[in-house]
Amino acid sequence: MDEPLNLMLFSGTDDKLQAAAVLTAGAAALGRPVNVFLQYWALDAFRKGHIERDHGLAPEAGAEGREHVDHLRKAGQIGWADVLRQAKDLGPVDIQACSLSMDLLGIDESELDPLVDGVEGVTAFYLNAGDGHMVFI
Amino acid sequence: MTVLDIATTVDARGLSCPMPIVRTALAVKSLQPGALVEVLATDPGSQRDFVAWCRSTGHALVGQTADGPVYRFLIRRK
Repeated sequence: MDEPLNLMLFSGTDDKLQAAAVLTAGAAALGRPVNVFLQYWALDAFRKGHIERDHGLAPEAGAEGREHVDHLRKAGQIGWADVLRQAKDLGPVDIQACSLSMDLLGIDESELDPLVDGVEGVTAFYLNAGDGHMVFI
Repeated sequence: MTVLDIATTVDARGLSCPMPIVRTALAVKSLQPGALVEVLATDPGSQRDFVAWCRSTGHALVGQTADGPVYRFLIRRK
């Protein structure tokens, strides 16, 4: 499994970002490179000072889903940003901001959290993706 | 009773997926080949995760036991 795992993150809610972080860390633990491409609301969540905020949950979570997520959090679940930081200690995890989404949100690279390694276009993302799996969240 | 030469213990009790594997992978990186790692976890998924992780990475899962809600794994670094 030397081909990278490629994640396109679109959604910026905590549940979807948590799922993405779990997939990233799992692949990194297996020694597999991971490329993460941040678009739209996922990118917004990676702005400096935004990471620790409450980003809400996907609409399908509902009130009951909110309770389950809160319960896990109280039990000490590690948040998605910390999971990603630890995944980076394990192996090559490259997190790139989509340049189009940067324009859309009107933000500069200096406004991104240090978890983000750089800014690129979709063509560069595809090039690095090779023949690896592509997941859209 | 055999005294095991455990180089380090990863206490992942209370941590949810994938942190038991992540913590173990980080711990294993700093050890010499052949070193023995003990892992304690409560995540039920860890039972299958450690089998898969060892198979994929080449480390040897030399022991797997359960004591109530706590799973104990012994892994020898490749």
